[in-house]
Amino acid sequence: MSEQATEVLAIVGLEIHVELATETKMFCRCRNRFGDPPNTNVCPVCIGMPGVLPVMNSKAVEYSLKVGQALNCELPSYSKWDRKSYYYPDLPKNYQISQYDLPLCKDGYLDVPLPDGSSKRIRVLRAHLEEDAGKNIHDNPAHTGVDLNRAGVPLLEIVSQPDMNTPQEALSFAREMQRLVRWLGVSEANMQMGHMRFEPNINLHITRGGTVYKTPIVEVKNLNSFKALEGAVTHELKRQYAQWLEDPEGFSLDRKGKQNRGWDDQRNITVFQREKEEAHDYRYFPEPDLPAVVVDDAWRESIRASIGELPLARRERFIKQHQLGSKEAEAMIQDADTGNLLDDATAMGAPPRRVVNLMLGRMSAAANEKGCALGQLGVSAAQLSQLAIMLEEGKLNATAGDKIIDHMIANGGSPLEIAGKLNLLAESNTAAVEQWVDQAIAANPDPAQQVRSGDKKAKQAFGFLVGQVMRISGGKAPPSAVKELLESKLSAK
Amino acid sequence: MSNKITPEVVRHIGKLARIELDDQQVEMLGRQLGDILRYVDKLQALNTDGVAPMAHAVEIHNVLADDAPGQSLTADEALANAPARDNDFFMVPKVLGDS
Amino acid sequence: MNNLLKLSALELKNAISRGDTTATEALEAYLHEISVQDGALRAYNEVLVDEARDQARRIDDMRKIGESPGLLAGIPIAIKNNLCTTWGRTTCSSKMLANFRAPYTATAVARIRQAGAVVLGKTNMDEFAMGSSTENSAHGASVNPWDLSRVPGGSSGGSASAVAGSLCSAALGSDTGGSIRQPAALCGIVGLKPTYGRVSRYGLVAYGSSLDQIGPMTRDVADCAAVMNVIAGHDPADATSLDRPVPDYLANLDEPIKGLRIGLPREFLSDALDPEIHRAIENAVEVYRSLGAEVKEVSLPHSRIDSGAGGELSSFAVACYYIVATAEASSNLARYDGVHYGHRTERDAADIIDLYSRSRAEGFGDEVKRRIMLGTYVLSSGYYDAYYLKALKVRRLIKNDFDEAFETCDILLCPTTPSPAFKMNEKTADPLEMYLADIYTISVNLAGVPAISIPVGLSSRNLPIGMQLIGGVFREDVVLRAARMFEKASGICRLTPPPLGRDAE
Repeated sequence: MSEQATEVLAIVGLEIHVELATETKMFCRCRNRFGDPPNTNVCPVCIGMPGVLPVMNSKAVEYSLKVGQALNCELPSYSKWDRKSYYYPDLPKNYQISQYDLPLCKDGYLDVPLPDGSSKRIRVLRAHLEEDAGKNIHDNPAHTGVDLNRAGVPLLEIVSQPDMNTPQEALSFAREMQRLVRWLGVSEANMQMGHMRFEPNINLHITRGGTVYKTPIVEVKNLNSFKALEGAVTHELKRQYAQWLEDPEGFSLDRKGKQNRGWDDQRNITVFQREKEEAHDYRYFPEPDLPAVVVDDAWRESIRASIGELPLARRERFIKQHQLGSKEAEAMIQDADTGNLLDDATAMGAPPRRVVNLMLGRMSAAANEKGCALGQLGVSAAQLSQLAIMLEEGKLNATAGDKIIDHMIANGGSPLEIAGKLNLLAESNTAAVEQWVDQAIAANPDPAQQVRSGDKKAKQAFGFLVGQVMRISGGKAPPSAVKELLESKLSAK
Repeated sequence: MSNKITPEVVRHIGKLARIELDDQQVEMLGRQLGDILRYVDKLQALNTDGVAPMAHAVEIHNVLADDAPGQSLTADEALANAPARDNDFFMVPKVLGDS
Repeated sequence: MNNLLKLSALELKNAISRGDTTATEALEAYLHEISVQDGALRAYNEVLVDEARDQARRIDDMRKIGESPGLLAGIPIAIKNNLCTTWGRTTCSSKMLANFRAPYTATAVARIRQAGAVVLGKTNMDEFAMGSSTENSAHGASVNPWDLSRVPGGSSGGSASAVAGSLCSAALGSDTGGSIRQPAALCGIVGLKPTYGRVSRYGLVAYGSSLDQIGPMTRDVADCAAVMNVIAGHDPADATSLDRPVPDYLANLDEPIKGLRIGLPREFLSDALDPEIHRAIENAVEVYRSLGAEVKEVSLPHSRIDSGAGGELSSFAVACYYIVATAEASSNLARYDGVHYGHRTERDAADIIDLYSRSRAEGFGDEVKRRIMLGTYVLSSGYYDAYYLKALKVRRLIKNDFDEAFETCDILLCPTTPSPAFKMNEKTADPLEMYLADIYTISVNLAGVPAISIPVGLSSRNLPIGMQLIGGVFREDVVLRAARMFEKASGICRLTPPPLGRDAE
């Protein structure tokens, strides 16, 4: 093979299935709940018994519209339901109620932050609502068991344009989507519970000698972790390139079309998947049992009003409003609760810098230890704000602040009470502070002299003396008062 | 002129519809479906340009239910009509994966 | 025959509320009649004796303590076997559901029970409501009480046969393309298909979901109105059921409609029509004229009926119907696969596809398979636009014709069927010919409007002839009053078939 210059461009699109966190299923009022005993969240409707009818869940429609709005989608005035036919034991009616040509949301985009600090706009083709299938259980080697608890759970399918060009971009898009649906409160987006599943479409555009070769598009089915998504895209790009090198003319989109592959979690490779027989003729047609969804301006407006500030906008605001660094701002928008805590605490009069330091300092460490989000530590805005103000006013030093945070997380209580109980309050009696300062000076004549003389070691010596006062006071001396007293007592005479 | 649908097409439709057909049925259905399709072909004579398809007899919209849990069945009730069960699961021959 | 059996449903209800008889006494009279006659008529798939006796006793007990037991108190009503009930089996007269016991009751059935009706049992039908003669039943064909060699029509043939043969006081049927009205016409009773969405479909086993409606099958118009008063109304479990107030259909039923404007669709009164039926319809028109109705010709061009060179009839509406209904049916009946309920093959299935294909091949009868195949075909890749989408557009044209006609008319009047009851096996060999039995009723389902069939006389062979009165959307009240006008003026009401010759009383 000739060694011509070869340019390889990866083209990746992503379908993301998100289970919505409604109380009940899409078309019946069985509970939408993971982990219950098999076939207990089921009724005639979701078992697909003869004569039953679907009635759509208003919350699921509202949640979908929220996601569409957050994805900058058009929310068309008219959308309808269709039946998609295929036979599988986890699909009791042997058709899935879905949306074919007129989805609830279309033509939007998501700006996705990338690890290098830049961001990329990924276009969203559509987002439509459908019902999830049940689960086939393969524990028994001789046969398959079917559990219909998941059958009929509302599922939002978000389809991107093929705008991603690296595994990292696909991963970032998926993660940003997870943050977004959690932010909006429409899904727990818990990967272990299967709340989010990915199906990337991948191929390569290879330019060599002025010719563009397109490899067959591969859709990798049912990926249920970020690791699998990244792995599948990475492997597929390598695999397709290797296969193209072997047969640049034959291994082409024109000749082979689109193929499905599966993901082998053990071996970290995509694998050939036997096509389900006749799977390609879904025979979509309008669902006669369900009236259309008509969205008018008033409904659109209420959706718009309900979604509030989105992560990237909040990030920008924090940087401007509170002079946060970009890393700090990013940490503040990991989820909605974290930023809400900052907003609420500052609204109560706390200085933003203090609040941010507390949150990204001891609280962040505690959240890491507990494996939860900052917002879930149980520290309220009122507690946080009181603590920040106490620190600002010099009533506590930083060490005491950390101790109080630990105590609040463990036992609750107001910072003032805790400080009293643990004897952490800074001494406000000037005479007492002055006594500690005098003690420190008396005990350390050499450093004191250095400070007085103002020589080159003066600064270091001053710091040492402050530390000594703190030690003597058991941490209760207010640092500002200590510094002031030391300065006046040791000023060059 | 034959109106018959070819055996291949009948078999393909039989597969899509998950109905096992023997050769005699394939032959008969090819003939009968051919007759019916010839009959319904008369619709092609009508001009339907610009006519909106009508999928519902009475066109209403936004019929929504509150997201409030109702009564579910017990596993035994759910499985009462099942031809085969394995504990509290519906039982089928081995299949691969989920749909 | 026990005299109780001769009463209309409302008369019986009144007799019970006066204390002249009891629900239990009436029930026993019907149970006895069923035991004597149903061997010949084969109207029932299952008689639900225990439940019926319990309910009758409940009604009698309520009366004893002075409680009002409801609008249909003590009336023995038969229900078509595609209406789900938690007691007895709901088989759709199919091997597929031979042992299916529903864990829920259809809303319409729950309502009549709530109103005090006594459910006698489940009536025979064409399998999954697909047919016009009740010959496509896994339980065997039902028989027309007017002539035991003839069909009762279908698919609600068991219900029609039971009402005409006095094996129930009233019945519920379902109508997708004429399945209430056609058997009502062939058996000489009253049958109403309500406006689509007027009666909840919850618990009605779906055939063509955008066409199906449940309706009453009764001996006279007043009984029909009484049953409608109970079953009509919004049901949150059916998203296509309409949230509109239900008028009292019995109020003013006997007051003639002044200046009733009747449209005669010229497409339905062509030369192709059976001359006896043509004459009966003309007589009926004369009756209305004599009552002061304003009669004029209207046109439903897209429901036109053409006769081909060989005398065969064809109609856009029938063509449209057989695409729409079978497409929906192919999807509605996909769920019968031997996994969650219903028939499962006992042959060894190598895999799940075998299990599906064999269970379905064994569980469904020929006509059901034919319609599933047709519906699958018209939805499949490459044919969707030419067949299914085209049919949906034609459906719109058909509906527009009705909308236009109702701008100048209160009701449309036409025959219900092209001929009186035909012989058993006469049309079973040619599916298309059977489909044409619904040639006058089908466009009504496509348009979603209400229509009633009432008897207008007997043929020279002493077979009932039915007339269809079609109303605008939600105008069941107009349809019922117009039907009652004719009943009163003509005296043609509660036609009784000749005795079957086995009646000991």
